[in-house]
Amino acid sequence: MNWIFENNINTDLITPGRYNITTDAHELAKITFIEYRPEFTKNVKKGDFIIAGNNFGCGSSRETAVTALKTCGIKAIIAKSFARIFYRNCINAGLYAITANTALISERDEIMINIKKKVIINKTRKISIPTEISPLMEKIHQYGGIIPFLKIKGLAEFKKIIT
Amino acid sequence: MGQTIAEKIFSKHAGKKVYAGDFVITKLDLVMAHDTTCAWAIDPFYEIAQKVWDKKKIFIPFDHAFPAPNVQMAKLQAKIRKFANEQGIPITTDGVCHQIMSERFINPGNLVLGADSHSPTGGGLGALTIGVGSTDAAIAMATGTGWFRVPQTIRVEISGKLKKGVYAKDVILSIAKQFGPEGGNYRVLEYGGETVENFNISSRLTLTNMSAEMGVKAAIVAPDKQTDVYLKENNRPYAFNKDLKSDSDAKYEEIIHMNVSNLSPQIAQPPDIDNVEEVQKLEKKKIKIDQVFIGSCTNCRIEDLDVVYSLWQKHDLNPQVRTIITPASKRVYLQALAKGYIEFFAKKNVIILNPGCGPCLGRHGGVLYDNEVCVSTSNRNFTGRMGSPKALIYLSSPATAAASAITGYITDPRKFLN
Repeated sequence: MNWIFENNINTDLITPGRYNITTDAHELAKITFIEYRPEFTKNVKKGDFIIAGNNFGCGSSRETAVTALKTCGIKAIIAKSFARIFYRNCINAGLYAITANTALISERDEIMINIKKKVIINKTRKISIPTEISPLMEKIHQYGGIIPFLKIKGLAEFKKIIT
Repeated sequence: MGQTIAEKIFSKHAGKKVYAGDFVITKLDLVMAHDTTCAWAIDPFYEIAQKVWDKKKIFIPFDHAFPAPNVQMAKLQAKIRKFANEQGIPITTDGVCHQIMSERFINPGNLVLGADSHSPTGGGLGALTIGVGSTDAAIAMATGTGWFRVPQTIRVEISGKLKKGVYAKDVILSIAKQFGPEGGNYRVLEYGGETVENFNISSRLTLTNMSAEMGVKAAIVAPDKQTDVYLKENNRPYAFNKDLKSDSDAKYEEIIHMNVSNLSPQIAQPPDIDNVEEVQKLEKKKIKIDQVFIGSCTNCRIEDLDVVYSLWQKHDLNPQVRTIITPASKRVYLQALAKGYIEFFAKKNVIILNPGCGPCLGRHGGVLYDNEVCVSTSNRNFTGRMGSPKALIYLSSPATAAASAITGYITDPRKFLN
């Protein structure tokens, strides 16, 4: 399913400071949106999407917000826009953060992302929604994150794709 | 073509001339990760390296919750301590990361990565100091490099003389009101103009610190005589390049002019940093408060405590209010001690915490319960930030916070400043 969120969802809402004291990703998954949307951890399923408005992931730099959503099984976060540190953290974690007009997606819509064609297919509404996916994010995602990328390809290869 | 100061700093660290929009890999002068973000940097670090690139250029402060308030936090700190010992990096425990970096490490023209969103603070000294997550910090610790898209710059040109009782915090709150939480996303905010030139470093750090709330990649004030004085006062004279400023033909995304001559004290209402109102208007609502927090990387330097001290001279504090002060660093603490403030505050029944982040992020030292109201000099009033998601956080200058501690409700400080 699609978890719908409004504008300016900050990382304090995703992994609140006083719960965010662990380096265990599975512990983090249990506290995701713990106060803001308590039903999230009970009902979230592998392959679900986060659908949000503007500036998703603003506030604290805590990478735990990304780790938590990824560990919950979120397949991609689709938002009108992202806050920059959160976006960088998604690139590094190998979690898709995709910008699109999310007003065209509702909770129960069946959606599919075509990364190559850079569109989201909303099967329920029978529309395709253009998206923006950073080529860097796409590349790193193939390796499951920047750390696996660096281990396999090395820093020299990373420098090549940046410059 | 002329360059902005941000483009100049990126160019110097990339080894070639670069402009907004270019992708670069740069050398770094300093990497910071603290007692929460460093914990998540360790495993990725050891995946790709054995030893840090330069242990003298890595800074690990324990500030977010130190001394540890619970077993989980103690566990995180133990993990980081082990890493720091293995790598030969000292851990500091005597202040907020951004304050310590400003006092001891950041020089004009530096390029610094910090695993903390308020990293733009150091831009008050004319450096580019950029916030990232733990994995970026791990890679930077391993390689001494970072990758960036050189950002566009918005120049904010501020003119006018602030009235008595109005401070840099009020200026940045009014800017936040105008920009909103996304208005600076991916950009550098460059502050200039006569008002900023007259600001001391403490005030400039307040501007650059709170710029993080608008999503900026960095915020900066070109270094000048004030910077010189500050660096000398902090025992590290530094001869910076006088050309370290934006060229007259530099390309800005936008130049915004504002005049602050008629600005009154401002306050951000929960839970948004751009929900900003004049304090005098809110005062009429007689909003009763439970806690006042004077602290954080935004506002607890000695200049802030000077204001608080002078405001409380002839007044007792409201006993219904828990008033908490956390000096931003040991240096600030010692300055306050030397000026007699610590004794003065203690006699006013103020709770004085050790230098660090204090209750700003709701982990220790002043956690709020349901429906409690706090006036805080920090930078975030998000839902649940300081404890219960039902608590309400108002953000103000130290003067407004101090005035509210006297009356027990949100109060314009100007009536106490004659």
